Amino acid sequence: MRYAMAIDTKKCVGCGDCVVACQTENNVPHGYCRDWIVERVDGTYPSLSLEFRSERCNHCDNSPCVRCCPTGASHIVDGGVVLVTPHKCIGCGACIESCPYDARYPHPEGHVDKCTFCIHRVEKGQNPACVDVCPTNCLHFGDLDDPNSAVSLALKDRKWKVLAPEAGTKPQLYFLT
Amino acid sequence: MKEELFVSGRNIPNIDPFLKIWHWQIPLYLFLGGLAAGILFFAGYFVVRGKEKEMQTAVKWAPLLAPIALVLGLGALFWDLKHKLYFWQLYTTIRLESPMGWGAWTLMIITPLSLIWVASYMKEIFPWWDWKFKLLDKFEAFVIKYRVPLAWVMMIYAIILGVYTGILLSAFNARPLWNTSILGPLFLVSGFSTGLAATIWMSKDAAERKVLSQIDLVFIFVEIFLIIHLFMGFLAGSETSIEAANLFLGGPFTVSFWVFVVLLGLVFPAVLETLEIWGFHVPKWLPAVLILFGGLMFRFIMVEAGQITRYLY
Repeated sequence: MRYAMAIDTKKCVGCGDCVVACQTENNVPHGYCRDWIVERVDGTYPSLSLEFRSERCNHCDNSPCVRCCPTGASHIVDGGVVLVTPHKCIGCGACIESCPYDARYPHPEGHVDKCTFCIHRVEKGQNPACVDVCPTNCLHFGDLDDPNSAVSLALKDRKWKVLAPEAGTKPQLYFLT
Repeated sequence: MKEELFVSGRNIPNIDPFLKIWHWQIPLYLFLGGLAAGILFFAGYFVVRGKEKEMQTAVKWAPLLAPIALVLGLGALFWDLKHKLYFWQLYTTIRLESPMGWGAWTLMIITPLSLIWVASYMKEIFPWWDWKFKLLDKFEAFVIKYRVPLAWVMMIYAIILGVYTGILLSAFNARPLWNTSILGPLFLVSGFSTGLAATIWMSKDAAERKVLSQIDLVFIFVEIFLIIHLFMGFLAGSETSIEAANLFLGGPFTVSFWVFVVLLGLVFPAVLETLEIWGFHVPKWLPAVLILFGGLMFRFIMVEAGQITRYLY
């Protein structure tokens, strides 16, 4: 089992619903977020190209945050999901420094916090909150090992990219281009 | 024009627009750790070489600074933790993959070692010293008997501590300025040089100072050599490495690095130490203060600049 997400950059309009849904679902403190939108403009006016990306933790296969954690608070559970155990985290910041995607932040309570792929919902057979709320249906979540999962079907006949593959982290967010 | 904009509400404190998770505590600790490593290494070295009589300051007096530096450094590290009450979790696990885990255990070993070393010289430094308890007297006699093996262990742990201050940063792939294996030896050499500088400053014996200055000169030249190699490596590297180097080659850290770290912190004290060896009168505190200041600046600049560098996507 390998959970992953495909994000359709052609369908995303950058509304930010996924950000708000996540903040509500996961009780994210005010001023912080576990997912965010990046708007990328390329080219010279008037010939510009625009790409919207809904970004979050990449739940990397080769996760530097888990490797550098001195207490084992950052760990990987079934399905490759990277999680943080708050009562094991000392707030040293090593994992924040180690993430090429800046996907982690220091929670005001002291421990480090990040996207969990809404594992509490996934365990019940539901989708992550961001996926369910997306009005353009541009987020696809599921098990890569299951050829009929939403993410496998989305990746089947589309071109995709991952972010900073040269960082060697083997990220599991696939951006459909 | 090519640009990338964050358009969500993402403006997380200390993360956007540039990472600033590690503040002054980490570079201060890296400095104090390197300083202690330098002092302890040479204390051990001169005992192993049988130069205890000639190098009194290096063996007896300077090590007084080491536990103080280590405890202050540990205090800075503790201050930096954001979930302070859980710090003991560091010592419930051994994580071989985590440089910070290695560092926590190394400090747990070298801090008591430095205290034992100082304790074994207390009666020589302060003749009125009295341990009050028989058991402590016995322990002192035991340590004095096995001083040479202790010196060996301390030298090895001093090297681990010195290299670790660099590896702590170099293990982070995500920060291209840090992600170079030369940082380990560079921080080791720089830490040893600051340790020697502190010892030179404390020494009242001109002959001892001359020996220490000669050793320090070698370390300064190795450090300059490693800095040149650091930049050669960056400039021959990928786009992210070139961008990291450019912070120091025309970017915002150019003056602070080349003037304060390289010129004032390495080249100028090297010239002063050479003049002193040739017999000119140089105030003994001047090269020492410059080296210590350069070492501190170097760590502050590396920690701050490293957090700015990142992958481009």
